[in-house]
Amino acid sequence: MEIVLISLLNGLVYGMLLFMLASGLTLIFSMMGVLNFAHASIYMIGAYLAFTVSQVLGFFPALIIAPILCGLLGAAIEIYGLRRVHHNGHIAELLFTFGLVFIIQRGVQMTWGMLPMAYRVPAILDFPLFTVYGANFPAYRGFMLLISAGMLLATWLLLKKTRIGLIIQAALTHPQMASSLGHNVPMVFTIVFAGGCLLAGLAGVIGGNYQTTEPGMAEAMGPIVFVVVVFGGLGSLAGCFIASIVMGVIQTFAVVIDYSFIDFLKPLGISVTADNLLTEILTVPVARIGALLPFAMMILILLFRPRGLLGTRDT
Amino acid sequence: MSIPASGTPALSIREITKSFGQTAIIRGVSLDIAAGERHAIIGPNGAGKTTCFNLISGRFPISSGEIYLNGERIDQLPPHKINRMGLSRSFQITSIFQRMSVFENLRCALLWSRGYRYSFWSPLWMQRELNAQAEFLLEDLNLHTRRDLPAGLLSYAEQRALEIGMTIAGGASVILLDEPTAGMSNTETDYAMDLIRRVTKGKTLVMVEHDMKVVFDLADVITVLVYGQVIASGPPETVRANPAVQEAYLGALVE
Amino acid sequence: MNGAFGKSWLWIAAVAFALLLPWCFYDFHTARHSGFMLSMLSQMGMMIILALSYNMLLGQAGLFSLCHATFFGIGGYATVHFLNAAGDGDLPLPMEIIPLLGGFSGLGLAIIFGYMATKQRATAFAMITLGIGELMATAALMFHHFFGGEGGVSTNRMIDHSLFGLTYASGVQVYYLILAWTLIATLAMFFLTKTPLGRMANATRDNFERAQFMGYDPRVVRFLQFSLSGLFAGIGGALYAITYEIVTFDALAGPLSANALLMAYIGGTTVFGGPVLGAVLITLLQSGVSLMSNSWLVYVGVLFISMVIFAPSGIAGLIMGHKPILRAGKLGQLVVPYIRVLVPGLLLVLGFVGLVELTSFLTIGAAQGKTLVLGGNKIDVHATMPWLVSAIALFGGGAWLRIEARHFRRVWDGLMADLKSADGKAERVLA
Repeated sequence: MEIVLISLLNGLVYGMLLFMLASGLTLIFSMMGVLNFAHASIYMIGAYLAFTVSQVLGFFPALIIAPILCGLLGAAIEIYGLRRVHHNGHIAELLFTFGLVFIIQRGVQMTWGMLPMAYRVPAILDFPLFTVYGANFPAYRGFMLLISAGMLLATWLLLKKTRIGLIIQAALTHPQMASSLGHNVPMVFTIVFAGGCLLAGLAGVIGGNYQTTEPGMAEAMGPIVFVVVVFGGLGSLAGCFIASIVMGVIQTFAVVIDYSFIDFLKPLGISVTADNLLTEILTVPVARIGALLPFAMMILILLFRPRGLLGTRDT
Repeated sequence: MSIPASGTPALSIREITKSFGQTAIIRGVSLDIAAGERHAIIGPNGAGKTTCFNLISGRFPISSGEIYLNGERIDQLPPHKINRMGLSRSFQITSIFQRMSVFENLRCALLWSRGYRYSFWSPLWMQRELNAQAEFLLEDLNLHTRRDLPAGLLSYAEQRALEIGMTIAGGASVILLDEPTAGMSNTETDYAMDLIRRVTKGKTLVMVEHDMKVVFDLADVITVLVYGQVIASGPPETVRANPAVQEAYLGALVE
Repeated sequence: MNGAFGKSWLWIAAVAFALLLPWCFYDFHTARHSGFMLSMLSQMGMMIILALSYNMLLGQAGLFSLCHATFFGIGGYATVHFLNAAGDGDLPLPMEIIPLLGGFSGLGLAIIFGYMATKQRATAFAMITLGIGELMATAALMFHHFFGGEGGVSTNRMIDHSLFGLTYASGVQVYYLILAWTLIATLAMFFLTKTPLGRMANATRDNFERAQFMGYDPRVVRFLQFSLSGLFAGIGGALYAITYEIVTFDALAGPLSANALLMAYIGGTTVFGGPVLGAVLITLLQSGVSLMSNSWLVYVGVLFISMVIFAPSGIAGLIMGHKPILRAGKLGQLVVPYIRVLVPGLLLVLGFVGLVELTSFLTIGAAQGKTLVLGGNKIDVHATMPWLVSAIALFGGGAWLRIEARHFRRVWDGLMADLKSADGKAERVLA
């Protein structure tokens, strides 16, 4: 029981982190039709910048500065890069962001080195918030939840209450409409792209010391975020939210389940003695299969419901 | 494929409807088009002419109703299957393979009906008969001087001619042409009409057209579509004389 | 000279060159081949197959796949097991045929995954293939029996069974085996572009709806093209297994898929031979530059992005763009403008390389205890001077290049306009 509760809480924390990344990605993807491969790379940059800034100014200024820098970087990428390849079609845009992944990856390694950074949870938040069944729940995770919930609220208000938010919302479901209404579409694109990158950067700031700030973090996070976006469905932030939480919970649960297929077959009187590929599939514990799960889920949903969970259009 | 009994219409549309969301675009259209007929569908903008074509050719699924081609039901089939049963269409917006040469465009259009299917073992340069047919078609369309030019570099009128050529190449018995002369000058239109008449000889032709000269010159039967419904259908003289048509559509033009 | 197989002289020249190349690096004193050159040339062979088979998707069918290495890798893993079986005497097949078995393994897996992925096109297709690639990479680390986990699986290529009585103990024998299979695969892929399927792959790429209304099911076209490209990737993987006698996770994971994309795209996806250029170039960079610099991936990445922005048809496309000018005999008029672009271009590149290397030696190099050496002189990466010089070269070169590029553009456009009006005249005369 305690495992369930703790895992649920951890899943929620991880899910909210995923959502912060995925919401930006889905906004960009739905509006511009660009699947930004470099989104997780921006997340990584956010973490590294936060580390550097926090060394000089401390964690809380970094919480503000690093995301803003990421947002500016995003705006620059949109204006000087994406906009130029836009007329060559979606594949060219995909290729462009794909190339960015390489450059950012190596750029980060060159600037900060190959080793993990000593980016730690600030001392002021480094205490157990409460204890359930003898297990501590760190205050920093509570803080993460708070930040992501705040961000969720801010994004929601921005989309519902401001003019630009309304345009973005209209463009989400009817991409051709916004341009015919005479809005400055390139500017809206830049804002959305920069906003998405800002969210990714913020996720990096609070995710960088929750996970580890190291050169492999983009590679580890990227595919999962894609899965979430596709699973949630294009044009739907609600779908994206549900998918993030589900994915977060599934991934944290899978790690703690120490069963394999064979354990389910045992009550039926089936046991394995041989040692070959088939028996290996049966005996691999779920904890390890968990890594396969998101990708299998993504393939399945694209096969049978290309518009995702709550999507309004096909991917 | 069964041989249609004489009297079976080449294309038969029964009470089809189509809605996008809440909006009904086609609101119960029925039409019988006899084999060999030249049928024009006219109507004001937004009447649903092109949507009608999209439904018949399987590009969009219909909301309700039935469509028969030579007596066989086609409304549940994907476009490529409908095409294989003998129906071919052109597009309002020129739809050719821009990067391929004119010759390649026509050869591609011939492939399926000549039985090549998805062959990855027959080298195209050795298919004498196929290549001869493509060359013949090239001459027929008067595009032989443009043989190796990428199709995207042709003039507009030439692209439209190529599109018509690709539409008839597969030997379909029912041809749908969507505004074949739109955007053409008078000379170009005359040439295109001549071409259409020539290459669709003996076939069933259904076309959407705005140019009344083309319609009254080419069509045996005219159907008037207004807001997704047929308001008149018959020989040109009858349709021209129909008061409802005059009021809804022709009025302004005929005066 | 333009026969059924395109420019036959180009093919013959390329093959003759590849046949002779190992002997250019033959050391007559020790009577030995250069091991480094042989392994690089062998690597080029398999990368050419990988890039060409990738281009069957990206260039010819307009499909952006992110799991191409899956089929390369599975060809490699399967070949290791085939070789082991052959070595044990369980598989009575000569070495020369074994790559084909690797190819069939790739084909088999491509049929299964292709059935799923080709249900969709464009972005959804890219996403499914991303999922497939990650799925297989994760699985490869999970299942030890077939994939051997982190350490991979290894074999011995001397199975003592050859059509020509070869032992494949020496690198040069392996090189010629790879050359032969590269040639076979390349010819076969070229042949495919000249068949109805190849043509319809182009057609569905350009306009899938029109293809549909010509009787073709675009999905079947995509599926067949995908499966066949898996066959060739599998052959490439088999050659990998034969060369290195060990296949690890790297042969199947994401970075290699990305490499396939980079090679095909930088080389040029619109011309059949483009990916060959890309494969040769990237392999050279990989084995050459990576020896000298930690940051070769940055260069490849920047090269790739520049291509996406400025030259979407790749190197081969750039070369082909000169054809009409060459035919008109006016290539000479471009020499001076080219030199004028080249000088600031070189400056820009030098400045960029300088900055990248300085940064890299400041962190990674320092961690590895290396120092930056240029022309025998040690360079202090903490001094201001090298940074300043590089920055000036980069920005100065960039600004200068902008001006020169504008000039070049004018000359180019002028030439093209001349050619067009000349064409027009010729036509009027004919009419």
